[in-house]
Amino acid sequence: MSTISSKQKIEASLKKRYARERRFRLYGVVSISISSLFLMVLLFTIISKGLPAFQQTWINLDVTLSPALLGVDANADPEALFSAKYAKVIKASLKEMFPGVKGRKQKRALKNLVSNSAAWDLRDKVLENPKLIGTTQSFWFLAKDDIDVFMKGGIDRNLPESDRRIKDYQLEWIDKLIAEGRLEKRFNTTLFTAGDSREPEQAGMLGAIMGSFFTMLVTLLLSFPIGVAAAAYLEEFAPQNNRWVDFIEININNLAAVPSIVFGLLGLAVFINFFGVPRSTPLVGGLVLTLMTLPTIIIASRAAIKSVPPSIKEAAIGLGASRVQTLFHHTLPLAMPGILTGTIIGMAQALGETAPLLMIGMVAFVADVPGSIVDPATVMPVQVYLWSDSPERAFTERTSAAIMILLGFLVIMNSAAIWLRKKFERRW
Amino acid sequence: MSDVLPTLPGLSATGDNADTQPLPVETRDEFDVEISGTVGKPFVDNPKMASRNCNVYYGDKQAIFDVNLDIGKNEIIAMIGPSGCGKSTYLRVLNRMNDTIPGCRVSGEHTLDGEDIYSPDQDPVLLRARVGMVFQKPNPFPKSIYDNVAYGPRLHGLARSRTELDEIVEKSLMRAGLFKEVKDDLQKPGTGLSGGQQQRLCIARAIAVDPEVILMDEPTSALDPIATATIEELMDELKSRYTIAIVTHSMQQAARVSQRTAYFHLGKLVEVNPTDQVFTNPEHKLTENYITGRFG
Ligand SMILES: Nc1ncnc2c1ncn2[C@@H]1O[C@H](COP(=O)(O)OP(=O)(O)OP(=O)(O)O)[C@@H](O)[C@H]1O
Ligand SMILES: [Mg+2]
Repeated sequence: MSTISSKQKIEASLKKRYARERRFRLYGVVSISISSLFLMVLLFTIISKGLPAFQQTWINLDVTLSPALLGVDANADPEALFSAKYAKVIKASLKEMFPGVKGRKQKRALKNLVSNSAAWDLRDKVLENPKLIGTTQSFWFLAKDDIDVFMKGGIDRNLPESDRRIKDYQLEWIDKLIAEGRLEKRFNTTLFTAGDSREPEQAGMLGAIMGSFFTMLVTLLLSFPIGVAAAAYLEEFAPQNNRWVDFIEININNLAAVPSIVFGLLGLAVFINFFGVPRSTPLVGGLVLTLMTLPTIIIASRAAIKSVPPSIKEAAIGLGASRVQTLFHHTLPLAMPGILTGTIIGMAQALGETAPLLMIGMVAFVADVPGSIVDPATVMPVQVYLWSDSPERAFTERTSAAIMILLGFLVIMNSAAIWLRKKFERRW
Repeated sequence: MSDVLPTLPGLSATGDNADTQPLPVETRDEFDVEISGTVGKPFVDNPKMASRNCNVYYGDKQAIFDVNLDIGKNEIIAMIGPSGCGKSTYLRVLNRMNDTIPGCRVSGEHTLDGEDIYSPDQDPVLLRARVGMVFQKPNPFPKSIYDNVAYGPRLHGLARSRTELDEIVEKSLMRAGLFKEVKDDLQKPGTGLSGGQQQRLCIARAIAVDPEVILMDEPTSALDPIATATIEELMDELKSRYTIAIVTHSMQQAARVSQRTAYFHLGKLVEVNPTDQVFTNPEHKLTENYITGRFG
């Protein structure tokens, strides 16, 4: 009797159990779908906005390098060549191409077909070959950002003229240029070879990339050895049940949860104001990010060290290895995949960090590409922030492009983490 | 339960026990037996290692009580006893492996060749090179077979050249009875071997530093009978060069390989006697209860 009834009970509960299992699995699938949907939307908007920024419009002009306009002749010394009036020459060639331009407004607009970097390009070419003076040459110049935006379809020519940044007369010029094959879209190398600029068409990420590189370098060189040493000490050498050790452990865990802007304030107060580290530099940025990354690396490294089987350590100790030898010969190599994963996660966090860097002046406008850890610099996420804050239309797409480049670096870092882990694991 | 002591396989049935009157043991008494000192012959002339008044504490808890024991030169001594009685703990006293356990305290006098191994000027690293250890679970390093065996010699700088190191590795693998099986795979990972091979690799690794004493803590408990037999044979060969102390839960194994047997109970050393005597005519009632399978 009782056995039958208990069998029935189990059967009845079984159905419920299976139903619960199915429901649970459904929840899982739903949540994964939702999160991938968000990710897709995010990636789609960024990529669709950012892709146009990887192209840039160039204008072809026939420039007559007349010595009269330039104010120098072919035999002038380099200094005179350097300060010759190249902008005037370009203006003249534009006037020649579009004769009927009247009024100051239109004249300015005409000049602003090409970027003001055109004069510098021309100067470089002349410096390279002074014999060009006196001849007429065909050159490609960077177009101004408005022209660029129009060419990529960012401005609708069917709008009433008053609502457009490109006026009717400008449209005429552009149509003419297109008809003559003098307008061309090319791959935007400026984005990768130039520093920041007030002019969108001349603005590039290289300064931010190098700034991020130097900042990450400082962060890695400081946080990896310090973090691993701290983790190894706490795991293998620190006296157990010691009040100080417990206190330090609790603090490390708490530090991991401290809002990052607090580290920025700390960096400002300690590194810049007290120790006098130059502000806005990758050095101070790296120091602040080290503080932020250390808890992550320590916690991950401790977990990795803890998971090394004690039998391996015992074997080494039993053969007469000292504790330090055991650590370096066995424990650390075995823990390395986990330590590296933690380190790269920490570094990836640091790479995307903005808030603390705002506090230490890395948000300044820096046009020069930094060449060392003590040059003023900005970093990629701050560059994203700066560009997203700029009013020019052309910066909108560059913001998305900058995000894409930043994401690209993150993907590269994560791939490196996986590769390193595989490499270390394969050894044994 | 039979009143006659069963004869253990591996021992001659016509032992002394044939005419010894087996003591009728009352079940209720089994755990109440007083342990007052060690019976039998715990001491030998000219011992390799010796302990006097050994007490071991884990924090406040005492794990070993007043153990006095000698381990003779080139003998195999087996340590048996119920789980948790302190066999491993005592074994680890002998090469100071307990030093690495936080909260573990060892007292008493312990000597190797008459030198105090717990004196402040005894280097535990040197001691562990002289007193090697093989663990219950095979624990090869996740490195190649060659690097496993070469680890100790490299650590202590025992080889002056690569050829010398090669020789040591080959000789150790040979002595551990593993060389034939692995001689073409020396660069393959040690963790890829079978359990029995791994344990022999660990033995090879231990003897590569040419220790004087080898401590083995249940070296065959993770192995099948064939691998066990190989390792038991190996111990018999190693006996000529090394002194061996082996902890085992298999009484057959103790009977097969050892010359003397020490029986531990609740942290006390109850009885030490020649192995055949322990298994045929134990002096102490607790020993008898244990080997007849009444507890343990
Ligand atoms: N690291 C440790 N910390 C605290 N107590 C321990 C530790 N290791 C062993 N003990 C205690 O010491 C006693 C003896 O343990 P030990 O490992 O020596 O027993 P054993 O005879 O080897 O047992 P087994 O046959 O199960 O291996 C046990 O009561 C155990 O709980
Ligand atoms: Mg044990």
